[in-house]
Formats: sequence, structure tokens, C-alpha cells
Amino acid sequence: MAHVTGDWNPLGQVFYRKQEIYSMGWRDIDLDKFVVAAAPYGGPIALIRDETKLVRVQGSIRPVIYIYTSSGREISSIRWNSGHVIHLGWSCSEELLCVQEDGSVLVYDIFGQFKRTFSMGTEAKEMKVRDCRIFNSHQGTGLAVMTSSYRIFMVNNVDEPRIRRMADVPGLDAPPSSWVVISQDRQSRVLLARENDLYLLDHGGQYSRQLAPVSQQVEAYTEMAVSFNNKYLALFTNTGLLWIGSSDLERAYCEFDTKCPQRPKQLAWCGTGAIVGYWENILLMVGPGKDYVKYNVDSTVHLSHLSHLSHLSIVPQVWYRCYSRLLGEHTADSGPREGLCKVVWCGTGAIVGYWENILLMVGPGKDYVKYNVDSTVHLVPELDGLRILSNYSHEFLHKVPNGSIEPGAMLYEASREFQNGSPKADEYIRMIQDRLQVAVDQCIQAAGCEHEPTTQRMLLRAASFGKCFLSDMNPEPFVRMCRMLRVLNSVRDFTIGIPLSCAQLEQLSMPVLTDRLVLRRQYPLAIRICQYLKMPDAEGVSRILAHWACYKVQQTPRDDVTRPQLLEYEPKSAEQVPLLMKMGRDQLALAKAVDSGDTDLVYTVVMHLKEKLTLGDFLMTIRNLPTAQSLYLQYCKEQNREMLQDLYYQEDNFQESANCRVMDSYNETRMDERLRALQQAQEAYTKARNEFAAKVTEEQVRLLKYQMRLEEELKRPYLDLSLHDTISQLTTEGNHKLAEQLRKEFKVPDKRFWWLKIQALAEGSDWAELDRFAKSKKSPIGYEPFIDVCLKHQNRYEANKYVGRIADPAKVKAYIKIGNLEQAAETAMQQRSEEDLNLVLSKCTSSHRVLAEKISTMKAQLSSKK
Amino acid sequence: MAVSAVLGPKLPDLQYLKRLARDQLVHLLESSPGRKDLVIDPDLMTPLDRIAGASLLKQHGVDKIFKLDRTKIHGGCDQLVYLVRSKLTTTKLIADQITADIRDNRKRKYKIIMTPRRLQVCDMVLEHEGVFGLVSIEELHLDLIPLDRDLLSMELPQFFRDYFLHGDQTWLASIAKSLVNIQSLFGPIPNVYGQGRCAKMVADMVDMMMSELGERQSPVGCEIGHLFLIDRDVDYVTPLCTQVTYEGLLDDIFGIKSGSVEFGPDVTGTDKSIKIMLSGEDEVFRAIRDRHFSNVFGFLSAKAKELQTSYDKRHNLKSVQDMKQFVSEELSNLKKQHKALTLHIGACETITKNKSRGDFEEQMRTEHGLLEGVDVRECINFIEESINRQHSRTEVLRLLCMLSSTQGGLPSKDYKSLKTQFLQSYGTEHLLTLHNLKKLGLFVEQQAQDATANKLADKMAAKLTDGMASLQLQLQLPKKSQFRAVSRKLNLIPKSAENFELRNPNDMAYVFSGAYAPLSCKLIEQVLQREGWTGVEDIAKLLPGDNFVHLKAKSAKGKASGSNPDSDKIVLVYFLGGCSYTEVSALRFLGKQKGYRFLVATTALTNGGRLIESVSGWK
Repeated sequence: MAHVTGDWNPLGQVFYRKQEIYSMGWRDIDLDKFVVAAAPYGGPIALIRDETKLVRVQGSIRPVIYIYTSSGREISSIRWNSGHVIHLGWSCSEELLCVQEDGSVLVYDIFGQFKRTFSMGTEAKEMKVRDCRIFNSHQGTGLAVMTSSYRIFMVNNVDEPRIRRMADVPGLDAPPSSWVVISQDRQSRVLLARENDLYLLDHGGQYSRQLAPVSQQVEAYTEMAVSFNNKYLALFTNTGLLWIGSSDLERAYCEFDTKCPQRPKQLAWCGTGAIVGYWENILLMVGPGKDYVKYNVDSTVHLSHLSHLSHLSIVPQVWYRCYSRLLGEHTADSGPREGLCKVVWCGTGAIVGYWENILLMVGPGKDYVKYNVDSTVHLVPELDGLRILSNYSHEFLHKVPNGSIEPGAMLYEASREFQNGSPKADEYIRMIQDRLQVAVDQCIQAAGCEHEPTTQRMLLRAASFGKCFLSDMNPEPFVRMCRMLRVLNSVRDFTIGIPLSCAQLEQLSMPVLTDRLVLRRQYPLAIRICQYLKMPDAEGVSRILAHWACYKVQQTPRDDVTRPQLLEYEPKSAEQVPLLMKMGRDQLALAKAVDSGDTDLVYTVVMHLKEKLTLGDFLMTIRNLPTAQSLYLQYCKEQNREMLQDLYYQEDNFQESANCRVMDSYNETRMDERLRALQQAQEAYTKARNEFAAKVTEEQVRLLKYQMRLEEELKRPYLDLSLHDTISQLTTEGNHKLAEQLRKEFKVPDKRFWWLKIQALAEGSDWAELDRFAKSKKSPIGYEPFIDVCLKHQNRYEANKYVGRIADPAKVKAYIKIGNLEQAAETAMQQRSEEDLNLVLSKCTSSHRVLAEKISTMKAQLSSKK
Repeated sequence: MAVSAVLGPKLPDLQYLKRLARDQLVHLLESSPGRKDLVIDPDLMTPLDRIAGASLLKQHGVDKIFKLDRTKIHGGCDQLVYLVRSKLTTTKLIADQITADIRDNRKRKYKIIMTPRRLQVCDMVLEHEGVFGLVSIEELHLDLIPLDRDLLSMELPQFFRDYFLHGDQTWLASIAKSLVNIQSLFGPIPNVYGQGRCAKMVADMVDMMMSELGERQSPVGCEIGHLFLIDRDVDYVTPLCTQVTYEGLLDDIFGIKSGSVEFGPDVTGTDKSIKIMLSGEDEVFRAIRDRHFSNVFGFLSAKAKELQTSYDKRHNLKSVQDMKQFVSEELSNLKKQHKALTLHIGACETITKNKSRGDFEEQMRTEHGLLEGVDVRECINFIEESINRQHSRTEVLRLLCMLSSTQGGLPSKDYKSLKTQFLQSYGTEHLLTLHNLKKLGLFVEQQAQDATANKLADKMAAKLTDGMASLQLQLQLPKKSQFRAVSRKLNLIPKSAENFELRNPNDMAYVFSGAYAPLSCKLIEQVLQREGWTGVEDIAKLLPGDNFVHLKAKSAKGKASGSNPDSDKIVLVYFLGGCSYTEVSALRFLGKQKGYRFLVATTALTNGGRLIESVSGWK
């Protein structure tokens, strides 16, 4: 039973455990010779050869950046052929940031594909960058560089780099002892130590000197570490003192003397309760109340042993024993002997310092745990713990959930006994009967902290066993945990290599996890997770499939088949067509645009083609699609009439070509141009076999010429009058001869000519001519029009002249028209038409009383004669 | 009003559309802060009045309002907002104005608001002219404008020319969009019927747009039960006829623009012109708008007497209390009616004067002759004489088109001679107009075999009820020459035009003095009655374009939850290419007869004159 707690270390009131999550899949990697950058949340690891260390170079002198998963599987490598890289880091969206000496930052994805670049400004470029920090800001991932002139430039979000210069530290003429970025209250500030002076700098140009928080005399703060949540700070002094406090320096939690004056390699927080330091072969974890745990780490084999241990089968007795044993061990070993290499916060609970081969974990309460490590390690702070990366293994150091674990442990035991068929199960259950609910919850929680599926299963089985004795248990947490664990186990798999903890996943959220899987091109797993968790298609499966499709398409850059095929599924033509054009599938784009019925799209494609193709090809292309062609014709009508003619010519569309020429002719101001356009029109009409139109245009040409002659002779405007109007105007002006000439020339029909002439004559009040004309021969349109035109010009006298010539049946009406009712009555009587008499009678008003009586008499006469 | 209750099912409130458009316009104006001058496309002047008055524009920072034309804009502020139809010509004008400003070294901010939507091709013109970088371009989704409680119009008269003449489908997307908007406001329309190529395309586009919007359940229940889409080329004859309903006559004689009419001094009896909004809100107008003109004057005089008695009540007022009530409640209403009455009586006088001019009767006789197909020779003579006498060109063309449309084209000899005469009278440039009319099928020549086949078809259609025989006939005949046959099948011509009851009409044909019932409306009646084309296939086959029907309500028995129980009686009729006021009146009549309520939507309100003018080649 004792072995299950073997990897447990008490740090003050809480326990920390270190469990191996992977034995690294990489070979021949000596972390000592590399600069290491590992992304939080179990992200990828980037390695580049550390140039400050002398190594025998094999092959190319160009450095190579290797990218591995957390399990040590190589994802990609980048052959570096740009400037000198001084820092590597990861953004929160798992992009690799490579900071160069000249201040430019190159961004790559995990597959080593270049994404973008930005610069940290001209000063950084000129002065060279000497140091760099990558931090979590309120906007995303931030980056701060220090130039060789000791100025600090910062961007708060690498996705939208806006460079801010931090305030200068007065009198800083040598490298600062240490510095760190603290991001709090939506602002990122730099905490910088110049020997034993602390300065807080902001980008508003303000700096403030901070009071030394350390109780004893120090010469310099040589290392600093901020916890994952930016709330805690650890300072390491040249006297070997480790100070742990709040990041605003207001509160000190503890001071711990590591008795090691050397600057640490890495200092890391572990959760919020302990800090871990790293010495040769020893990990030391310090917890609140000056408790500490020391691990002797001799071999990787031993460590993998530890990872099998379960922490829940602890009974208080064992717990205590373990605690005292470790305490005793500490007293035996008198702390770190060598220089601290690095101090890292372990989550937000403890800080871990890393010296050569020794990890020292110190909690805010001066407690500490010391672990020995046998080779170079790299510490990766996480929100709930610390990952320790070494040449051969990858371990996770984290706090064991606090609170009494006793009922949970009992339930676990009970479940195990039950499975063995032992009646002890009942005994255990009775012992925790009134705390069963707590026990179940603890088992569920404990399962969440477990990395080993068999242990998870046993714990969950225990929880489920306990559930049977509870009547009103909410099944929701249990089910949720099962689901979560399934997801976690699948992504923790060696092949995927994302060693997330339960707490990290909760912080990260499920959609982000699927995003990260997509980023790693683990599409099937991502889809299965979405399906398993029943995520809505729009944010789950469909989205992943879309990413997959994009990737597939990019895979084969010259793939002209898949892309359009995929596009076939796009229902919106407005989206489809521009993409098709981008792919150079112009014909298809045009056809699609035409099918959509959206002319705007058609125009877009047509104009695009016109720019792209030679005129001949362009015309050939659009002629197959009448809609496109007619649209282009419309455009040409407004914008380019020359092109319009070309188009008509190409299509042998002589009819439209001719129409267009006619239109042009009327728009021309110069006479010869007009005539020429009309003649062209005439030719085109002939070609179009439209004899009628050809003849009409030919006549129009003649008319125009005639009108020109008239204008010259008579000095009056005639142009653009119709034939009718021309003759009419000539008649009004008394040029009867010319009018007659035109009439003959253009074969104006008789009826028309008569109508025209009498109207024109009346218009010109040429009554004598009208009379003469009436008498010239028999009118083909009768004589009512003569009366009408006279009356129109209020000439009743003239009108009267023509009544006599009107045929009998219409005479009565004519008399009425000119207002001669008496004569009308007479005529009606003569014609013996009672109907006409009635008509006249109806026109009689009160002033015609005499006439009315007369008509009545007439009517009487008529009827009597019948 | 109580009247609407009597009329049956309640219509959806179309004012929402107006409010939406207005809010959008205000937003666009406010998005460029500060004072600005507004330059408006002349085409949009009157439609805009319907949406936002000058005071509203002023409220939102508009300083001066200009009309867009060829002239440069002098003075004004340093911000110009153009509100235009998205057309090449208008865009070119804007580009010219901006170029002129550049030449004068004048710096201004330019914003172009395009309606109903922004077009790529306009961007290209701006780019071509080198001013694209200087302007910001916005969209105003102004599509259907409510002109009345049951009348919506896109106010897009150029659609007829663009689509039917040039085959330009640019506006179809906007029409489809307008239907999507209607459905997002008033709920999806379950039953859709259509006739014509354009109708089909629009219906398909609407389906596509709706599916792109997704299956989102619209928050409103369905308020409109049926949609009928109809292409104008299905029925050219109706809009070509001279209108004789009161509102139709107002349109023919005074010209109704976006639901407003301007009465000149001859109507008002003063030296000023008065512009009034014609709408169902006006009690007097509501009573007479759909009447046959012969039946209007009587009503107006009766109304005048009634008003007089109401006025006279003031002499009999006993107490101060009564007096107060009379003045506060009745008097203003009486005055309003009085004013309306004066104007309508004035308008009637002008109309009567117009009708009594010499040849009006002869013209009517000709039209009726053409519709019935009797004395066609005389009709041709009348038209010829009109040409010779140089009567209004548009009137003559209207008659020519009517002649061709009703008779299925003209015999070759007549066709040539009428064309020659026409060109001699009005100028050779109208060769293009005639060409356009021919292209539209409005004024065409009979093919030799057609002429005989036509006669044959007439005879056979009269005798045969056998479907097969008529089917064979249709195969031989071009679709456009089918007016006769359709007219017979739909009973468009009442048996006796004499003694037709115009006062209390019981036949839709009253809108044309009992001579003819509008083809479009009769077709709608038949299809609605049958809930589809079953039973009218033989008629539909004679019409241009295909027909279609999508019924959704039938499949789900009972109505969708939340839908207005009256919705089944609400019918939206969408005329693609314009409709006439007479058709609106006929549909109102049909509604009263059959218990429907019709909403009429159209690309523009048209009449014979405007229809012809819009396709004139000389423009």
C-alpha cells in the first residue's frame, strides 16, 4: 500500500507529486546543448542549438530548429537561413516566435511553415536585441525585447504588433541583474532589477522605484519568476535567498535560504503553492511553513516507476509515515550545494528553482521540496503545475488536490474489496457512511488528476460503487468526468502528445482543444471528439472538415481538379465565382455567373476576362454565352461604341449594327459624318436582308441632302424634320412648288398629302390657297377635314364655304359643327331624316326656341307623310 | 376604418417597408457626419418623397438638394452625397462632376448611395474615370415602396426596357430580394404561382436566397397566403388599352407619379397647381378610384349634396355644447372632404373635356373593334388617318401595337405601308422604335402561313373542344399570335357590350366599359380558383413563357401555427414589367367578388403611353 504514495511529497499542508507522463521519443538529444522553448498547455517543444555552448558541428553550419510534440515526436524542422536567433517562444495560438538579433520576429506554424514577420522597431534593429521575454498579456501573447542600449520595447499582442517603448531606467549602463514582465490590470509592466534596486516600468514613460521587499541585505536580484496567473512573484538574490510574494511586491509569503549564491538557470512556479529549484540530481520543492520535499532523481527508470503509483489508497497512518520519512531525508541532506540554474514558478502554487542537476521547489510559506535530476532539464510552468522536460523523460509536477482525502480513500478501498469479493467492503462503507457523497466526489476528482487509464478506471469504478448507496446523486459530474477523461486520454496518447491536465483543459475549453488538434492536422481525432461530445456541427464537425478541405487543397498546389470540385458544393454563386476566377477557371466562373442570374457577377467576370485576354480571345469566349455577351453589349453601348460595332461585325449581326449606325448618325453634328453613318447603316441593312429599312435609310439620306439644299436656298432650318413636317413647313411658307417636288420625289400618298396640305394651309391662314386646293380636284378624304381645320382656326366663314361640298349623309352634322342649326334642320328635312332632326333638336338651347318649335313642326310633317 | 372590416380579411401593414427604408436612409446620412449636400437621381425624386420628406433630410444634416444632371455643382458644402439608381449613365454623370471639381481644384468628400444595390459595373465606370479612390460607396435597399394600403411599386420603369427588350437580368436579383424582404416581414408565402420566363427566374432566385438565409423560423406567422408572379409580356393588350376607370384616367391624362398627381390651374380653378397624394386614406377618392368614369360624376354630385346637408347642420345647432362638438369633430373632416371633392370635380371636368374631343369616340370604337376582332379594316383606316393627321406619336404607336397584339401580327402589305407612313410622318429615326417594338413582339408582321393558320385556329378553336386538336395547332403557331384564342377561352369579351351594367358591375369587364376584361386578371382568377394550372393548361400553352406552381400549404393539412387565419385569402400579385391602374382596380373588384384581398406589387405602374415611350428607340 505504501507504494501508491511514493511520488507524493508534502509541502506544508499540501502534497505535491511528480509523475512521468512520457518517456521522450526523441533520440540523441542533449537538452544541455539546446535552447528549449516549450509551449504551455502541453504544447509543442522547439529546440535550437545553443550557440553559447561549444559543440562539434556536424554537417551544415546553418542552425536547425526542431519542433517536437510533448512526447518527443518530431513534427518538423526548419533549416534556419535568416539572421541570428536569440530567443524562441510560443504564442497562445501555438505559433513559433523566433526573435532575431535585429529585432525582427519571424512567425512559423508548428509544421515549420512561415506565416508572417514583424519588427520590434528601428531602434531594436540598429542597437541589436540582447534579451527577450515572451509573456501572457491580457490581449494574447506579448513579447518584450531589451536592446543592447538596455531599452525595452514591448508588444502586447503578437497578432497585432504595436510597439511600445518602456520607460528608461536612470543610470542603467550595464545589463540589469534580471527583469521580468508582469501583466496585470490590462497593462503590462516590466519589473527590472539593477543590482539591488527594483524598478517598475510602464509604457507611459513612467518608472517607479520599488522598496526592497527582502528583509536582509542583498547585493542583487539575479533571477525572477512570475506565476502563470501573474499574481505571484519569486525573486532570487545573489546571496541564495529566495523571496516569494505577490507580484505587486506588497506581500511577502516567505523567504527561503537556498544557501546557493549562484544565479539560477530556471526558476518556476508550480501551481500557486510551491516553487521548484533545480540542482544536480536533486529536485527540491519548498512549501508553506518551510516544509520541503527533496527528490533524489538518479535514473529515468526509477522515475517511470513512480508514475505508476496511485495517491488515493493512502490511509492517514501511511500518510504521516511518508511525511516524516521525507522530512528526515531533508535533515540528512543539507540543501543545495551547487548554483541554482533556473527558477520557474510551478503553476501558481510553488516556485521551482533550477540549478545544475538540482530542482528546488519552494512554496509561498517557505516550504520546499528538493528533487535531484540526473541530466539537464527544462522547466515549463503550467497553470496548475510544472512540466519537467529532460533528455529521456517528461514529468509533470503538480499539487495534489487538497482537503481531506480520507473518505475517498476508504471508498476506493471498499470498491477494491468488493471486486475481490471480500466482506470488508461493507465495513469500509459503514465507516464513511455519512460522508459518502464527499467520498464519491473525491474519487471523481481524483480520477481527473490521474494520467494512467487503469487507475482512472479504478477510481471511477469506486465512485460508481459509492453512487449505488446514494439515493439522490447528481450523475452529471460523473458523466462529465468520464467524457473529459476519454478526451484527455486520447490527446495524451503518445502519438498525439498533448499532455493536458483536467484543469488545463477546463481553462483551455473544448473548442480550443479541437482547434489545436486541427493545427496538428489530427482531423479524424478532432472530428471524433466533436461527435463524441455532440458539439453542434457548425462549430464542430463542419468546421473541422472545412479545415481539412483547405489543407487538402493546399497540399497539392497545382490541383486543378479538387478545388473546383469542392467549390461545386458552394451554393452561393457570389462566393463561388470570385474563387473560380482566382483559380484561373475563367470559363467555369463565367458559366456559373451566368447560371446564377446575377448580372453583377457576370459583369465582374466579363471585365476580368477583358483585362486578361487578347481582344480576339475575349470575344470568342463570351460569344458562347448570350447573357454575358448581351451584357457586354450593354456596357459597350454606354462606354465604347467602336467595340460595339466590332462585336456586331463578329456576330454578323447586321441588323443591330445598322441600328447602331442610325443612332450614331443622329448623334453626329457634322453633316458629312451623318450621311456617312447613314450610308453605312443602309449597307448593313442590305446585308441583313432588311430591304424595307435599307430603303428607308436611303430615302433619309436623300431627304437630308434635300433639306441641306433647302437650308442653303431658303436660309431657314429644315434639318431633322420628318418628310411630313418638311412638306408641311414648305406649304405653310407658301413654297408650293418645292412641296410638290418633294411629294413626287418621295411618292407621298394622296390622302396623306391632302391631310398635310389642308392642315398646313390653315396653319398659315392661307385661306385662298385652301379654297383653290379644294377646287383643284375631288378630295380623297372628303370635305369635313376642310371644315375642321377652318374651325380649328376659328374661321367659321371659311368653313361655311365647304359645307356645300360635303356628301349628303354628313351634311347635317357639318352644319351643326359650324353652328348653323337652322340650315342643319332644313337639310335634315330635305333628306327626310327624323333621326337627324332629333340630333339638331338636341343641340337646341333656350335661345333657339323658335327653331325648336320649327323642328317639331317638321317632325310632325314627316310623320304625317309616312 | 370600418370599411376595411367590411372588405374582409385584413391586409398586412405595408408601412413597415417604408419605415425600414427610411431608417436605412437616415443611417446612411448620419454615417457621414456634418452638413452635406444631397444630389438626387431624377428617377428617384418622386419615389424618395414617399420615403422621406425634405424636412426629414434636413434633420439629418442635408443642406441643399440638387437634381443630378449634366451641370456642375457650384457652391454647396464640402460633402456631397449622391443618391442614385445603380446605372451606367448616372455613374458616368457623377464621375464627370467629380472630375470637374478636381479640375477646379475643389476638395470635397463624396459618397454615393446606390439603390437598390451596388453594382460592380458602376464601380468599374468610376475606376475607368479615375475617381474610384475618391468616393465611398454605400447601398440603400430601397425596393418595394408602398404607394397605398394594397399597392407596392419598385418604381423601376426602366426594368421593362432592360429586361424585355435587352434581356438584361440585372434587376432580377433586386426583385427577388424584395420578395425575400416581404417574406421576412410578413412570413413565408406558402403558395406560389407564376407565368413567364422572368417569373420563373425570380421564383428560383427567391428560393435560393431563402435557403441561403437558412431554415430560421421567421418570428412572424404567415400573413400572405398566395403569391402570383406574372410577366408583362403575358398580357400586353391590357396596358395598351385606353383606361376608363377614374384612377386610370387620372394616370393617362395627368400622369400619376409614385402615387401623387399634380393638378394644373385648369383643375384647381386658381392660378396654382396642387399636388396631392392619391390614397385609400382619402374617403372621397377611395369611393371613386375604381369606378367606371361614367359613374363618377353622379357620385361626386351626390356627395356634394351630402356635404351641404352636413354643413347645414350648423344652422340647427341648439346648444353651445353641440356647436363645440361640430366644430371640433365634424368640421375639419368636412373641410377635408370638401377640398378633395373640389379637386376631383375639377379633374372630372378636365377629363370630360378631353374625352369629348372629336375623335375620342372613334378611338374607343377602334379599340373595341380590335379587341373583339370585328371591322379590323376600318380600324386600320382609322390608324392610318391618325398617322396622316400627325396625331400624338405615342397614341398612334399604342394603337399600332394593339392592332398587332390582338390580331396576331399584321398582314405584310399593311405592315409595310403603315411603317412607311409612320416614318414619313414622325421621322426616320423611329425606325429604331419600330425595330424595338418588333423585337418585343408588340408590332410584328404576320408570316404568310400564319395568316391562314390564324384564321384556321380561330375557326377550329371555336368549334373544337378536343384537347388534342388544339394542342397540334399550338405547335404550328407562334405563341404571340394567340390573343384571339385566349380571349375566347377566358371569356374576356362579354357577350353584349350594349346595356352593360357599369353602375353596379357584376363583371370585371366594367373596367373597360364592358368591352373587355383584363387578360392578366382573368388568368389570376382562374389559377387561384383552381389552386394551380390544372384545367387551364390549354390557355397557359397559348401564353409566352412557362408556368409553375409551388403549393406548400396543401401538404401540411391545416395551417401552420401562428399564421394569420385570414392569410389564405391574401394574395400578392407581382407584375414583372409594370401594371396599369386598371389592372389594380380589376383585382380589387375580383377581391370583392370572391372574398380575396389583393396586394399588388409591380416594378412600376405603367399605362399604354409610358409602356411605348419606354421602349422608344430614340432616346
